[in-house]
Parts: sequence; structure tokens; C-alpha cells
Amino acid sequence: MTHACHLDNLQFAWPGQAVCLSIDHAAVDCSEQVFLHGPSGCGKSTLLALLGGILQPQAGRIEIFGTSLARLSGRQRDRFRVDHMGFIFQQFNLIPYLDVLANVLLPCHFSAQRAGQAAARDGSAKASAMKLLAIMGLEGKLLSRPANQLSAGQQQRVAAARALIGQPALLIADEPTSALDSEHQQNFLDLLQAECRRLGSSLIFVSHDQRLAGRFDRAISLPGINRVSPLGQGA
Amino acid sequence: MLLRLGLASAWNRRYTLMLTLLSVALAVTLLLGVERLRHATKAAFAQSISGTDLVIGARSSPVQLVLYAVFRLGEATNNLRWSSYESISQLPMVAWSIPLSLGDSHRGFPVLGTTAAYFTHYRHGAAKSLFLIEGRPFATHFEAVLGAEVAARLGYRLGDRIILSHGAGDFSLGEHADKPFVVVGILSPTGTPVDRTVHVSLASIEAIHLDWVAGAPIPGLTIPPEQVSKFDLQPKTITAVLVGLKNRAAVFRVQRQINEFAAEPLLAVLPGVALDELWQVVGLVEKILLLVSALVVVIGLAGLVAVVLASLNERRRELAILRSVGASLPQILALLLIEGILLTICGALLGFALLSSLGVVFAPMLESRLGLSLALALPNSQEMKLLGMVVLTGAMSSLIPALQAYRLALADGLNPR
Repeated sequence: MTHACHLDNLQFAWPGQAVCLSIDHAAVDCSEQVFLHGPSGCGKSTLLALLGGILQPQAGRIEIFGTSLARLSGRQRDRFRVDHMGFIFQQFNLIPYLDVLANVLLPCHFSAQRAGQAAARDGSAKASAMKLLAIMGLEGKLLSRPANQLSAGQQQRVAAARALIGQPALLIADEPTSALDSEHQQNFLDLLQAECRRLGSSLIFVSHDQRLAGRFDRAISLPGINRVSPLGQGA
Repeated sequence: MLLRLGLASAWNRRYTLMLTLLSVALAVTLLLGVERLRHATKAAFAQSISGTDLVIGARSSPVQLVLYAVFRLGEATNNLRWSSYESISQLPMVAWSIPLSLGDSHRGFPVLGTTAAYFTHYRHGAAKSLFLIEGRPFATHFEAVLGAEVAARLGYRLGDRIILSHGAGDFSLGEHADKPFVVVGILSPTGTPVDRTVHVSLASIEAIHLDWVAGAPIPGLTIPPEQVSKFDLQPKTITAVLVGLKNRAAVFRVQRQINEFAAEPLLAVLPGVALDELWQVVGLVEKILLLVSALVVVIGLAGLVAVVLASLNERRRELAILRSVGASLPQILALLLIEGILLTICGALLGFALLSSLGVVFAPMLESRLGLSLALALPNSQEMKLLGMVVLTGAMSSLIPALQAYRLALADGLNPR
């Protein structure tokens, strides 16, 4: 069976620096929800950039749904990323001058596959975006507001809707809840995890907050699988 | 989609962009403005005198002849005889001729003795004739018509009395105090040496020198102004002649004829040719202006790069987000490049519009005060070349932030900071 994500003998170093990631083996199954944790600066964000194909490892193999990222050209990687992955970051997810709906629809403009899947599910990409936003509790006038007029919690929910639109098979969330208070955190996680389950997407959830680990199928400690200790260097 | 994103993004940064646009526009306005002034200055110089086919004087160098006959600077080494002037004016190809007699001055301004033909046939610029804003041409002795600058600087009005000095320039050799002149006319500004000239009749020049010999008053002899008419006021010699031909094609034939004049050695020059030669001498001004325009463009474009680079940090986050939702690097570069190019093109157009409107406002003033004609015109081929260079450089300079963005996008990875 293909994994959602599969790493083999991965080595990565930022230019001119010592190796900061060295992972023998790691895998995430399809539809699996994985909690990836570690202190800040341990290389979590770097690992995510590698999974997203933005950075290239010096050695080793990264396969996403059986496709080796190293075999793709830069352009193909960009296409592959948007076709198969949705991203949520800690903050600054949204383009401030676009309204909420336009922000959610962004991946559909860059990926025909995402647009097609959204339309197949809900009739049109726009309908799908509105449905996802409704699930995230955002409706009505809010949808036509510029993104920078929303509260932090609302912004994260818009980001989640955008990451989910068009059913990307893999969701990567990089500390999406650290800017939220605990009540909003729980609420946000409930919505995100339920929606991933409904769409059958795998979820890699990165956080330094170990208390959240219980909500996931499996927890991976990055320092546990990384054979070098990059602490003290930039994440 | 990319275009719409670009537009939305640009709208979001409209104030910064407007400043950039303005700085490009101002650079273009300055560049084209300096260019046009440069050309207008050269043209005005070349057209200090127009419509005159030949300038004739005693034999000297062409530049010297033009210097005193057209610019009324310096002095003629020799005069030509009145009889020669009469023969010249009777040549079959000659349509009109204007005798000029120089040598006196009024408070530093040259005094020119001439005839009524001067007001009829003298042309400057694009065949513009002289125009009296006040009064009339001189009709009889001791009447003067002032150039615009003379009247303005010395504050003269019609009816004022002025006293001529013997000799040119400020250094006066003596005054013709016994025979004052009355101002009867004031010319409109031309931007040519005419503005600095006091015009009187040839006969008046003779009259004030009746009781003079060899550059000094004859001791014990004074002839009161009322009595000058009793004398023969036909000049014996004049300084130069301006000639218009019936047919311009004959100009070289007539020129040769005069240069081979039997009675005395004469020189005939085509004013355009001599003016061009003279421009070579004063052409340094032109080179300096060219240097100024070049600097203006460099500064304007440096401003463009600076503003775009500064706004790049502002956009760093936005570009990272676009990367995370699937925009490829080439798309991001295209976004920045298109913006830079559009900005420079709009800046160039705006600059041109600004120049044109400034032209409309200031052209009449420049025309009347300095004799520079700045016609409202579409960019000529050379200006198009300059505009093209500005746009090209603008595009190239937006490449710098684009490459910077590329570097940042790689360094930032996915996570917008």
C-alpha cells in the first residue's frame, strides 16, 4: 500500500551550515492523522518545506503518494504541491487585500485538479468554498470582508477552509493553533480533524504543545527520529 | 488570475506605487523637458536670424562677420562702401537688402543704424517678423526704436529721450549729448540680439557724427540738431548688409559674385552655416545639458529600483502565501516583472502628459521671453528612443527585486515570516 508520505535516509542542511535533518525512515499512512512535535528550532518547519517540495534534500528520498519529489522539475513540484497538499501556518496565512472567499478559492486558481474535485463534490468551486466556510462557522457578510479585518481565530478557520478545498490528499498544518487561546484551539482542532476525516485526507499536524497529542492517531517526535540535533539553529 | 491578483495587490499598495509612478513620471518629464529645451536652444540659436540668405561685410572671417552683423558683438575691422551696397542691392537676384551700420552704443546696448527695410524684411525663428508692441518705426532723424530688453532693463517708455555714446560697449569714448534721440517704438521680445538693440535710421547715425572726425568731436565745431537736414546725410560707409534673394537656389551664385566683387574685398556668408560654426564654439552648453538629462534618468530609475526593493519586504509574506497555494516561481517573477514594466510604461506616459501640459502652460512665456519655441508635439523618433530606453531600464531594474524575491522565496521556504 502507498503511504501518504514516505521518507528514506533523508539528509538536509541549509547552505553553508551543518546537517540539521537526518532521518532514516518515516511514513504517514493515507487518511492517518499524525502529530509531529518537538521544541522550536528542532527543524519542524524545515521538514515541512521538504515535504512541500520547496526545499530539496541533499540526500535521501521523499515520496508523496508514491511520487518521488526529486524526480519532478521545479514547476512540476509546484503543481504537485498544490494538487495534493493543503497548508496551514501559524499566522499570516491569508492575502490581506483579498476577501475571505477569494482567499479560500486561491488553490483552485492554481490547480485544475483541486478546482475539479471541489466542483465534483459541491457543484462549483465557489459552492464548495462557501460550504467549507460554513462548516468553519463563517457565513454571510464575513465572506466579502478583506481577510485582514478578521480576528486571528477567524483567519485560521479561513486558512483551514482554503487548505481543505478541492480535497487535497495531504494536509500539513504548522502550529496552526499556537496563536489561538485554548477554547478557540479546541474548536479549531475539532473542525479541522472532522473535516479531514470526512474528506479522507491525511493530516500532519505540527506543534510544540504535547497536550494535543492525544487527539491524533499517532505522535512522532522529531528529535526522536532525527539523528542530528540542530538546536540553536534556525527552524 | 495572475493578472487579477497582481492588480488587487497593486491596488493594495496604491500609495507606494503612486509615489513610484510619480518619480518615474518626473524623471521622464525632466529628461524629455531638458531634451526639448536643448533642441529648442539650438534651434533658436540657429534661427537668431532667418529669411536672410546672405550676410555681407568687408572681408574678414565668416564667424566674425556673423558675430557683429547678427549678434552685434565686437566690431567690424573694416566697413564697406555705400557704393558697394548700392551695387549689391541692384543685383538682379536680390529681392531686398538691409544696410546695417554699427559702432555706437547706448548704456552698453548696441545702436544699429538701418532703414525701414529692416522692419519689413528682418525675420527670426520660424520666419517671424518684427512686431512693434508700442509706437511706430523711426521716420526721421533722432528717433529710436528699442529692442524689448533695452526698454525693459532701462525702463524706457515712448517719448523718453536717450543719448547715444560713441563706441561699442560700456566703455564709452564720448557722448553725443548735443543730439538726443526720442523713443518712438518698442519691439516685442524675440529672444534674439534684436532685443538688445537700439534701432535708429542710417541718416541719424550720419547726423550725430557730422561734427566728429576720426572718432572724436571736432573742437570748436557744433552743428545743432535743427540744422542737420542741410547736410548730405547719405552715409559713405556701412558695416554690413543683409540680403534676401528672389530665388534661394541662386544663393551660391550670388555669394560667389560678391566674394569676387571687383571694387573692394567683400565677404558673403550663409548665416545658417556660420551660425552652425559658431554653435560648435558655444556647443559646450549643449553637452552639459545632455549630461544633465542622463543624470536625471539615472536618478529617476535608481528611485524606481529603491522603491520596488523597499516594497519587496512588504510583499515577502504575500509572495510566500502565493507559493504555498501553488504559484510557481516563474509566476511570481512574472508578477513582479509585469508590475515593474507596467509601472515604467505608465510613468513614461504620465511623464509625457505632464511635459505636454507644462508645455502648454509655459510655451507662450518661453516663446516670448527667450524666443524658445516648444511646440506641443508627439515624441519624435529620438524621444521615442529615449522613452524606450527608460522603459527598458525600468524593466531591467524590476528584474533586481524579482531576483531578490526569488532568493527570498527559496530561503523562506513555505513559512511566511
